[in-house]
Amino acid sequence: MGLTGIQIFKLLPKTNCGDCGSPTCLAFAMALAAGKAELEKCPYVSDEAKAQLSEASAPPIRPVTIGTGEYAVKIGGETVLFRHEKTFFNKPGLAILITDAMAHEEVDRRFNKLAELQFERVGLNLRPELLALKDTGDKEKFVDLVKRAAPTPYGIILMSSDAGTMKAALELVKDKKPLIYAATKENADAFGALAKESACPLAVKGENLDDVVALSEKLTGMGLKDLVLDAGARSVKGAFQDQIFIRRAALLSKFKPLGFPTITFPCEMADNVMKETLIASLFVAKYAGIIVLSDFEGENVFPLLLERLNIYTDPQRPMTTEQGIYPINNPDQNSPVLVTCNFSLTYFIVTGEIENSRVPTWLCVMDTEGLSVMTAWAAGKFVGDAVGPFIKKSGIADKVAHKKLVIPGYSAGILGDLEEELPGWEITVGPREAAHLPAFLKMWKA
Amino acid sequence: MAFQIPKINYTGKIKEVSIGSGSHAIKVGGESCYPFHLFEGAMPNPPRVAFEVWDYPPEEWQEWAIEPYKDVINDPVAWAKKSQDTYGAELIALLLKSADPNGMNRDVEQVVATVKSVADAITVPLLVWGCVNDEKDAALLRRVAELCEGKNVAIGPLVEKNYKQIGAMAIGYNQVVMASTPIDVNLAKQLNILLGNLGMPDDRMLIDPTTGGLGYGLEYSYSVMERDRMAALTQEDVKLQYPLVCNMAHEVWKTKETKVKKEDNPKLGDEKKRSILMEAVTAMSLLVAGADILIMRHPDAITLVRDMIKELTN
Repeated sequence: MGLTGIQIFKLLPKTNCGDCGSPTCLAFAMALAAGKAELEKCPYVSDEAKAQLSEASAPPIRPVTIGTGEYAVKIGGETVLFRHEKTFFNKPGLAILITDAMAHEEVDRRFNKLAELQFERVGLNLRPELLALKDTGDKEKFVDLVKRAAPTPYGIILMSSDAGTMKAALELVKDKKPLIYAATKENADAFGALAKESACPLAVKGENLDDVVALSEKLTGMGLKDLVLDAGARSVKGAFQDQIFIRRAALLSKFKPLGFPTITFPCEMADNVMKETLIASLFVAKYAGIIVLSDFEGENVFPLLLERLNIYTDPQRPMTTEQGIYPINNPDQNSPVLVTCNFSLTYFIVTGEIENSRVPTWLCVMDTEGLSVMTAWAAGKFVGDAVGPFIKKSGIADKVAHKKLVIPGYSAGILGDLEEELPGWEITVGPREAAHLPAFLKMWKA
Repeated sequence: MAFQIPKINYTGKIKEVSIGSGSHAIKVGGESCYPFHLFEGAMPNPPRVAFEVWDYPPEEWQEWAIEPYKDVINDPVAWAKKSQDTYGAELIALLLKSADPNGMNRDVEQVVATVKSVADAITVPLLVWGCVNDEKDAALLRRVAELCEGKNVAIGPLVEKNYKQIGAMAIGYNQVVMASTPIDVNLAKQLNILLGNLGMPDDRMLIDPTTGGLGYGLEYSYSVMERDRMAALTQEDVKLQYPLVCNMAHEVWKTKETKVKKEDNPKLGDEKKRSILMEAVTAMSLLVAGADILIMRHPDAITLVRDMIKELTN
């Protein structure tokens, strides 16, 4: 990152010894620039060059991990302002706010929401990950809340401005690498020391960006590396601008004090869950590292999880669905058989329409490497001598008592070839648009 | 702070397009910065929401989507008026679904009669969306352009196969057009150039980038719109400097996640709130990507989205 292969090459020994695995120093430099090799592979590089290179290759926004194990949430590490320029890498963590003033039953209900709200989609498990535990002024109660959260697997954010309270909480859960929230002008020395001692990430809260810059410089000066930023604004407009400013400063100006992920608080910005969800959706698109919500219910968390999945999908790689036979609406041996590609969007839209039709149907999804029907056809992946063998091997013939296959309207051109590949099968061209499937399926006869 | 936030150097500006006539006419577009980036540019016209009205009773809608309109759902004129008078619609989008040859296949004259009565009954500007069948729309939207003379309505979608027929009539009768292409910057640009060559004035064009709903391709629309805006504002791509219109309601409300009830899948939560949020979150995402007009369905979702527009532009 930052340096070109030639710039890196100038810092290498230029002996072409080959010990690094690359044939020449130049080849090694190019591999480093492309992120395909690590500097440690070169045994002869000078310490001075090492320092220069690691400085230049440090990511402009530091990746920070909250929590450990299965629920560890990695945030930051982003390299672009717009997802189409490369991709966004690390999804913002979703946190539920829990205060020490809440009754035990309510606290348990909130823990349980994280266990309950998990959704399968495209082979991924979509779920919120974090608990934001907030001190309302009673140290004992807060410590008790932290104790209750400690055995859960979720990532933890500890919210208190009192160093004594924070210290007691960290004693209990520092091994879970919670995020300490937050160092402010008033407590920065004590909180910096706590973060250092416990080796936990530390959030920085300022009244504005200037404050955050000053605090960030001070804390990095104390040797802290893993920071998370909160520039303080709680108006929608102000918080949105903070997100843009911080991301731009880090990426366009390589301004180190703002080169960290952010934390946002829709829970403090609205008086109802509906509006809060919309504010959260703004931060999913524009740059939050963590989003703290006042409560989790399926109706507000699910839309945000979908948006997060969409925005953080790598635009360079199409999402795919696993090849196979998908039974929809409980099909039997007299149900229609459809075949389509494994581009996940195609799969979603086609299954959605089949479900809408309520007609029991077998959907055969063929691996086309994530290409849509037309693109796969043009690339020679969704053609007669590919679809034919797939249908034969799929085992669908054992599931139905007929030999009738429906192909997508856009692949009408493969009909002749496919008939040759599948002797004895009656092949029909279905509609071009999935929206017309319900009408088509209702007319279909075995 | 000694440190200066890097600003984007905008070299272009989105064209301002007027829709409607008289005192209720509205302007969209005119931005000289990325969406809501008001610290470094202007958004003279805030994004607008158009209330969706179908030209036949949409029996397949969820009961909680029909509910706000249940007394008017059988009458597009009453429906449009209720949206305007009760829900405060600033724009109405009439969807000519009944013309679809794969569906009800109503004939052109019957369909345009509805358009005419709706256009005459409301004072706010009208968007007329065809049945998305290239041939039928060519015949249908030409008549719409003719019959709505003097009302300055926006008609679409115009696609590569029918832009000439519809475009010529739109020019003749001074209507606005919505140029539609399948999620691709270059195709959008090409169709805009073709429309320009046909003689369509620059201040009468809107871009429909094709909209995917939340969980169903939203990210493709999102990124194409960001690329459109980047090209228009920072790369002087004048043929992309038009307002963006997103026909999103149906894309959201047709998905199974807006249909399944809480009793059948408890962890998805309350079906009404969930669908409203799915529509509003889709809208919010499209707004930050650059939408100027959103075609939406549920009044509660629209209220939420208008509130956010106000928050971000105040």
